[in-house]
Amino acid sequence: MGVTLTILSLIVLIPLTAVALKAAHQSPEAFWAAAFNDRSLAAYRLTFGAAFVAAAVNGVFGVLTAWALVRYEFPGKTIVNALVDLPFALPTAVAGIALATLYAPKGWVGQFLTPLGIKAAYNPIGVVIALTFIGLPFVVRTIEPVLRDAAEDVEEAAASLGADRLQTIARVVLPALAPAWLTGFAMAFARGVGEYGSVIFIAGNMPYKSEIAPLLIIIQLEQFEYERAATIAVVMLAVSFTMLLVINAIQAWSRRFD
Amino acid sequence: MRAVGTHRRATDDPAWTKAVIIGVVMLFLALVLVLPLVAVFVEALRKGVGAALAAISNPDALAAVKLTLLTALIAVPFNAVFGLCAAWAIAKHDFPGKAFLITLIDLPFSVSPVVAGLIYVLVFGLQGWFGEWLLDHDLKIIFAVPGIVLATIFVTFPFVARELIPLMQEQGTSEEEAAVSMGAGGLTTFWRVTAPNVRWGLLYGVLLCNARAMGEFGAVSVVSGHIRGLTNTMPLHVEILYNEYDFVGAFAVAALLCLLAVVTLVLKTALEVAQPGVRGRGGH
Repeated sequence: MGVTLTILSLIVLIPLTAVALKAAHQSPEAFWAAAFNDRSLAAYRLTFGAAFVAAAVNGVFGVLTAWALVRYEFPGKTIVNALVDLPFALPTAVAGIALATLYAPKGWVGQFLTPLGIKAAYNPIGVVIALTFIGLPFVVRTIEPVLRDAAEDVEEAAASLGADRLQTIARVVLPALAPAWLTGFAMAFARGVGEYGSVIFIAGNMPYKSEIAPLLIIIQLEQFEYERAATIAVVMLAVSFTMLLVINAIQAWSRRFD
Repeated sequence: MRAVGTHRRATDDPAWTKAVIIGVVMLFLALVLVLPLVAVFVEALRKGVGAALAAISNPDALAAVKLTLLTALIAVPFNAVFGLCAAWAIAKHDFPGKAFLITLIDLPFSVSPVVAGLIYVLVFGLQGWFGEWLLDHDLKIIFAVPGIVLATIFVTFPFVARELIPLMQEQGTSEEEAAVSMGAGGLTTFWRVTAPNVRWGLLYGVLLCNARAMGEFGAVSVVSGHIRGLTNTMPLHVEILYNEYDFVGAFAVAALLCLLAVVTLVLKTALEVAQPGVRGRGGH
C-alpha cells in the first residue's frame, strides 16, 4: 500500500503537478495567449476533429469486426483476432512511416487517390488515417466481451414475438451495446487526441493546417518556451481528465442495468 | 450449436448478410492493418536483403537496439513489481479513495506521450525543479538514459496493474484467508498464494508492457535529445533515418520492430488459447 502510493506519487503525481505549476508561472494574459492563439486553436481543431472522425469510423467498423469475431465462424478467424491488436503491439513510429509511404501521392494507395483529387498524406485526411489505425482495437475490444455475454435468448424472444432481424438488431442488440460502444469510442478518441508518433510522419505538419497539438508542445519545447509548452499540455490534460471522467461515468451508468 | 438444414435459428443471420459483413471486415482490416505491415517489409527489402542487413548492423542501429533492450529490461520488471503491489493493495484490501487510486493508475493511458515526456523535462531538465542540483552533482537525467527509462516507465505504468486488478478481485480473498489461518505470514501468503494464482495474467500484462516499452516514441522523443549512438532508441533511430531519406535503413529497423510486434501477438494469442481466463480485461 505504502509502496504503491509512493511510487505513484513519484512517477505520476509530482511530475504532473510540475506541468500545472509551470503553466501557472505566468500572468493569466500570457497563459490565455499561449493556450488560445490562432495557431494553437487550429491545432486543437485538427487534433480533436480528426480524433472524433477516426473514432466514428472505428465506431462503425469496430462493431462489425466485433460482431464477426463473436457471432461468425470463418477461416482465418484466429489470425484476424490476433491482428486486431496490432496497433497495440506495433510501435507508433513504424505505423507512421508505413502509412506515410502508403498514402503518399505515389504510394500504393495514394496513387489511386490522386486522380480522384484526394490528397491523403500531408493533409488532415492523413491525420484521420493514422488515428483510425491507432484507435481500432479500443472499440473492438470493449464491444467484444459485452457482445459475447449478451444473451442470445433475448434476441430469440424478440424474434418469437414477431420482430424481424433488423428490428431485433435495432431495438434489442444495439441498445445493449450502447454503453460499451460509447466507452470504446471515448477511449479511441482520448488515445487519438494524445497520439504523436503515427501522426507526424503522415500529417505534413503545416502550421494552421496539419499541425497537431502534441507537436505544438514539442515545437515550443525546442524553442525553450517551457511555459508555453506547459500551457498547451495543461489544456490537453484538462481534456484527458474530462475524457477519463466521461468514460468512468459511462461505465457506472451501464452497470446500473446489470 | 448451429442450425442444420433449412431450419434457421432466429439469432443466425442470413448467409448473404454474413458474407457481406465478413467481407467488409476483412477488406477494412486488410487496408488498415495488413497493408502497413506488408509495406514495412517490402520497403525494407527494396534494395535487397544485403542492404537491409547492413542498415541493421550499422553501429548506430546496434546502439539503438541495445538502448531499447536496456530500457525495456529496467522498465518492464519495475512495472511488473509495481503492478503486483498495486493490484494486491487494491484488490485484496478495502480503504477509502480506492476508486481514485485506480483512476490515478490509469492516468498514463489517457495522457499524451508528449506530455509524459514534458513533465520529466520540467522536473529534471536544466530549467526544471532539480535542474541546478543535478548539474552541480554532475548527474544527467534529461537527454540521457535515465530520462528515457523514466518516460518509458510512465507510459507503460498501467499495463500490469490493469491486467491484475480484475483478476485478483475475481479470485477473492478466501485462499489468502485460509493461508493466514494456517499460520502463513503476509509475505509468504503473497508469494505462495496470491502471486502464483495470477501468473498468467501477469505474463499477459508483461507482454503488452514490453511491446509498448520497446516501441514508445513520443515520450522518449521529448526526453532523449536524439544523440546518435547514445540516447537513440530504435523508434527514434527509425525517425532519424526516415527524415534523412534513408528509407531502406528506416524500414529495415522498422521491420525489426514489426517482428517484435508479430512475436508479441503470437505469444499473446497462444496465451489466450491456453489460458482463456486472461483475455479481455479492462482494455488499454
